[in-house]
Amino acid sequence: MASVTYDHVVKRYTADVTVVKDFNVEIQDKEFMVLVGPSGCGKSTALRMLAGLEGITEGEIRIGERKINDVAAKDRDIAMVFQSYALYPHMSVYDNMAFPLQMRHMPKAEIDTRVKNASRILGLDDFLQRKPRALSGGQRQRVALGRAIVRDPQVFLLDEPLSNLDAKLRGQTRIELQKLHRDLETTFIYVTHDQVEAMTMGDRIALMYDGVLQQVGTPSEIYDHPANLFVAGFIGSPSMNFVPVTTSNGTAKGSTFEVKLPKPIGEKKGTLGFRPEALTDRAVEGGSTLEMKVDVVERLGSDQYLYGQVGGDQVTARVDPRMKVASGDEVRLGLDIRSIHVFDAETDKALL
Amino acid sequence: MNWGSFLTTQLPTLVVVIVGVPAVIVGYIVAGEFLVRRLPDAARPSVRPWLWVGPALFFVAAFLVVPAILTAKASLETSKGDFTGLTNYARQLGDFPSGGAWIAIRNNVYWLVLYTLFVLAFGLILAVLFDRVRYESLVKSLIFMPMAISSVALGVIWKFMYWYQPPGQIQTGTVNAILTGLLRTDPRIWIQDPKVNNFAIIGAAVWGITGFAMVILSAALKGIPADLLEAARVDGAGELTVFRRVIFPLMMPTVVVVGTTLVIFALKAFDVVYVMTGGNYDTDVLANRMYKLLYFSGNTGGAAAVAMILLAAVIPVLIFNLRQFRAVEARR
Repeated sequence: MASVTYDHVVKRYTADVTVVKDFNVEIQDKEFMVLVGPSGCGKSTALRMLAGLEGITEGEIRIGERKINDVAAKDRDIAMVFQSYALYPHMSVYDNMAFPLQMRHMPKAEIDTRVKNASRILGLDDFLQRKPRALSGGQRQRVALGRAIVRDPQVFLLDEPLSNLDAKLRGQTRIELQKLHRDLETTFIYVTHDQVEAMTMGDRIALMYDGVLQQVGTPSEIYDHPANLFVAGFIGSPSMNFVPVTTSNGTAKGSTFEVKLPKPIGEKKGTLGFRPEALTDRAVEGGSTLEMKVDVVERLGSDQYLYGQVGGDQVTARVDPRMKVASGDEVRLGLDIRSIHVFDAETDKALL
Repeated sequence: MNWGSFLTTQLPTLVVVIVGVPAVIVGYIVAGEFLVRRLPDAARPSVRPWLWVGPALFFVAAFLVVPAILTAKASLETSKGDFTGLTNYARQLGDFPSGGAWIAIRNNVYWLVLYTLFVLAFGLILAVLFDRVRYESLVKSLIFMPMAISSVALGVIWKFMYWYQPPGQIQTGTVNAILTGLLRTDPRIWIQDPKVNNFAIIGAAVWGITGFAMVILSAALKGIPADLLEAARVDGAGELTVFRRVIFPLMMPTVVVVGTTLVIFALKAFDVVYVMTGGNYDTDVLANRMYKLLYFSGNTGGAAAVAMILLAAVIPVLIFNLRQFRAVEARR
């Protein structure tokens, strides 16, 4: 159990290929931190540098107070769950889980207690003598988790552990992982490209793009106050609507509408961002209204998504499923100004 | 011979080869398919495969099975063709430990053990080490190079390597030059001295085949997913432990296949011995003994008996090898 600090960490393969740029994060002890971003954003590399599987080009990584740049992977006291699970195919489930303990020269009886304990927690009791080949994907995934938890490591690393599971199992395992985190009271660092996993599991989220850390914060901070256009567009599904606007004092002018801003911004070109659920089927008190030409209507039972155009811009709205709309309709939607964002057109940074 | 007479004498052969062979193949397939199609629906799937493996079975039978049976028969007969029971075997296996075929058998055991083990060990070490070298493919092709040399040339090269001049004279053989020049010891008579010559010859053969083992083992090594090794490192294993507990067990099926193949090579050893000593100075092996009995002594029965002994030694290895190979394939 320990905190993890990335201090100005850089990973460079060649002079002009830098995959992680000046990465700074402090992960608290016992925190569930999710590193999220699109593929190729450097999140896995950041994790692998912590695990000791990649060298650190610049900066330092500390576990607790200990700088680990030059500590071999085997001495870092870190457990890692791989996307492919990386189970040893020639060993039984029991031996897979016992392996890290054998590497620590733990007495046989102690190993046995720990493996049995982990297999009980993960429901693997009936499979201990099987080879990984004879297990289903979900069972393999649990063996990989078991191999990590028997060790009682300082830090628990998970590299996209759910991406090889089917949707239903993924949902279940997501919940199990959160329980596991609560029970183990260990620092978890979890890498994923799936914003749903990030939002649902993380105590905090670190969002990366193009090797650069974009924003760190709790899921609600990131969702409600995205630091820039990229974060705003990456988190949330369907994603946030973006409409080019010109701001002047208290208003933002789009092509066919005008929105009152909760806080005045100077004369600027910008992008107005609002989530689909900020639109409602009735005008909001003191809010603004948009005229939308509906192209497609999706009814999901609990929600209704309208895809259409406001002026010349594509907009998605999530409205009450009882609202009667058909494709081709012109509807008037209210916009909740408490949940709108304005981003600078040049820097993409949030102005509001 | 001029082109005119060449064409007139060889033309019929040429026509048979170019036209006849394809015609026979096509005819066989067409006629076979024609017959198979007349069969009832239920019988067809079980008959058709035989149509296609038929030619291969025929050639195997004609060039392998029949000669083997004839050899077995010859091993029970005198050179004139009279039945003598097991006399030939008794003569080859009598007078233990230095008479009959015993020297050759002893040497084949040397080959079996040393050749196989050293080739496997070197192949494995080179495969694992070169896996971490920057110019891997270049270095690997260098080690593989001796495979391109024919065994006869290999024997000649190593005869020069082992060349002997009496002490005091300039050593032209590389090995003795190193012994006298660098290590300051007396030169050895590598090829004639029965204390060392078998090992010298086996060493030459090992040099020739190590590249083969290395390439196959290296391919097996590359087949091990990188994240398994990474997982082992994160789990706390040092590099040697990673090799011992993860890499080697996963390569084991391939090691066994290569090993048994090498055992068969060792049992069949002939060419290097034939070129370097001709089987003299106590370096004889079974295959060379068979050759000498047949062509120098005219002892067909004795040669056939040696051939049968060799066959009996190879067959179990062969069966094991095939089974193992199938097991490896099944695991993919």
